Amino acid sequence: MTTATVTETEKEFRPVQGWRVVAAKELADHLLSGRFIVLMAVLGIATAAAVFAASGGIRDVAPNAQGITALFLKLFTVTADPVPFPLIVFVGFLAPLLGIMFGFDAVNGERSQGTLPRLLSQPIHRDEVILGKFVAGLSVVAIMLASLVLFVSGIGIFRLGVVPTAAEITRLFVWLILAVIYVGFWQALATLTSVLTRRASTSALIPVGVWLVLALFGSFIFSAIAGIISPRDGTAVAEVAYLRTQQAVSQISPITLFQQGSTVLLDPEVRTVGLVTLEQVDRAIVSELNLTQSLGVVWPQLVVLVAMTAVMYALAYVAFMRQEVRA
Amino acid sequence: MVTTIKSKSLTKAYDGHKVVDNLNLDITSGEIFGLLGPNGAGKTTTILMLLGLVEPTSGEIEVLGLDPRRNPLEVKRRVGFLPDAVGFYDTMTGRENLRFTARLNGIEDAEEKIDALLEEVGLADAGDQRVGEYSRGMKQRLGLADALVKGPGVLILDEPTTAIDPEGVAEILGMIRRLATEQGVTILLSSHLLHQVQAVCDRVAIFVDGKVVAQGPPHELAAQQRGPTRVEFRFDEDDEALGQRLEGLAPVQSVTRGRIPGAWIVGVEPARLSEAVRLASAEAPLIGVRRLDDDLDAIYRRYFESSEEKSA
Repeated sequence: MTTATVTETEKEFRPVQGWRVVAAKELADHLLSGRFIVLMAVLGIATAAAVFAASGGIRDVAPNAQGITALFLKLFTVTADPVPFPLIVFVGFLAPLLGIMFGFDAVNGERSQGTLPRLLSQPIHRDEVILGKFVAGLSVVAIMLASLVLFVSGIGIFRLGVVPTAAEITRLFVWLILAVIYVGFWQALATLTSVLTRRASTSALIPVGVWLVLALFGSFIFSAIAGIISPRDGTAVAEVAYLRTQQAVSQISPITLFQQGSTVLLDPEVRTVGLVTLEQVDRAIVSELNLTQSLGVVWPQLVVLVAMTAVMYALAYVAFMRQEVRA
Repeated sequence: MVTTIKSKSLTKAYDGHKVVDNLNLDITSGEIFGLLGPNGAGKTTTILMLLGLVEPTSGEIEVLGLDPRRNPLEVKRRVGFLPDAVGFYDTMTGRENLRFTARLNGIEDAEEKIDALLEEVGLADAGDQRVGEYSRGMKQRLGLADALVKGPGVLILDEPTTAIDPEGVAEILGMIRRLATEQGVTILLSSHLLHQVQAVCDRVAIFVDGKVVAQGPPHELAAQQRGPTRVEFRFDEDDEALGQRLEGLAPVQSVTRGRIPGAWIVGVEPARLSEAVRLASAEAPLIGVRRLDDDLDAIYRRYFESSEEKSA
């Protein structure tokens, strides 16, 4: 009788936050896992290479660089030999891998280990399992990207002797949030495939395939589609229509959205991601946008990217909720 | 006697095929109830429905007075579950795995309890080893400890003794017994291994193709005779013609040859057993009589044979 009463009161007082317990365990797992160490090493080496090249490039032009204010952010957006792309492109290309790595065995890993029935028979809601895993994976990604930014900043301060301004730090922070959401899309995609497929290798392969196709062949595919929708016939009008279509089509790819968002957020001088004619830039005064204005420029991209991530997570969530415990 | 697990015309169908068909259970507290049946008979589905992990197609369930469909969390808080082929996180130690389960149940300070449970299932020394190094049997023991971490009022064990060596089985069954008698835990266990069920269960339900074909205490089920009782007669001589002669005896309904020379399996009217033995010994020197239908084995076999015939 006494025990029964104790249980009753306990029930009243303690709302079970199972997702926190799941997330804490997953976080510990990830941080101790080999894949975390490997990814961190790869990311660290590649970043170091990119940022050394960029800072070198900035130093070379620095004497002439009168009036360039957001110099510090150039570390992230400047291309210099021998690294053929700026850091943000590199993050846009490589970051999906982080999400995929921390999501591809989220559910089928539990299944193959035989831990899923045990986990689901504990007094937590089923959605807390997938939420906890998603939060944990994304936290690790956030930790990795944040340390990457700090790493770059450290090298930048050391090599350039330029300290970031408050405005630049704010921009970096907003960009970091954007990057985490972007990776979240890939993690949600990998989680979805881990719900739908039995084997971890299959569920890793599908999002990796999507990622490679979009990252490597995306521009060809979008050009081809644009060519079909608005054919080029040599006239200027057709050419503009074609380019507009191509740009619209390419925005179904989260990679494009992230690249455009990054460019605008980290380069205050960028005022549009769309098509600009020569007349429009003629005698335009080079000046900086403030963060609110920059956000205004890429607002559609940001919203669509958030929506894509949310939809992908929702798909994974629904698939998991509808799935049989033993299938 | 308080009813802890109750189901009324519980049915689960997948694509029109009934995996569990019109199941009525009534299990009282402190009872050990066995679900007995071959693989695929619907035992696991029944268990998952009791835990609220599978949605029934129709029917009612009550576990500790709660409906698992409406209050799955309350049910899962009070019901310990050991799944079939239980798995653990291989990179974590046994103790860490139990700690994780304790946290999921909102128990923050569970160390003493975990120690006691590891001791009880015989894993006191292996508690700090990674589960990846455990044998199948050790995992099964850890699974039992895991199901007990929350201090459940009901324990549901799906095939608890598979993959455990005979000695371990005796230990596990002993533990199950103690839990029921000393702590009044209601235990529902499923198994396809008849002898274990018979040894430990107060009552059993025999499952075939989603239907319970018999339910009751093991000895009563054994006593439920349908048709002739099967008796094995062994004679001192191996005589082909003896079969004919046995068939001619009044109480005898069927005769088949036994496996050993001189042995005959004879179906006898239950009421006329002694008469049959007397008559048989008059036919030839009788050196042994064994009644075959005196344990659950026979019932089990009979139901499975009949279901196989149906499907064949």
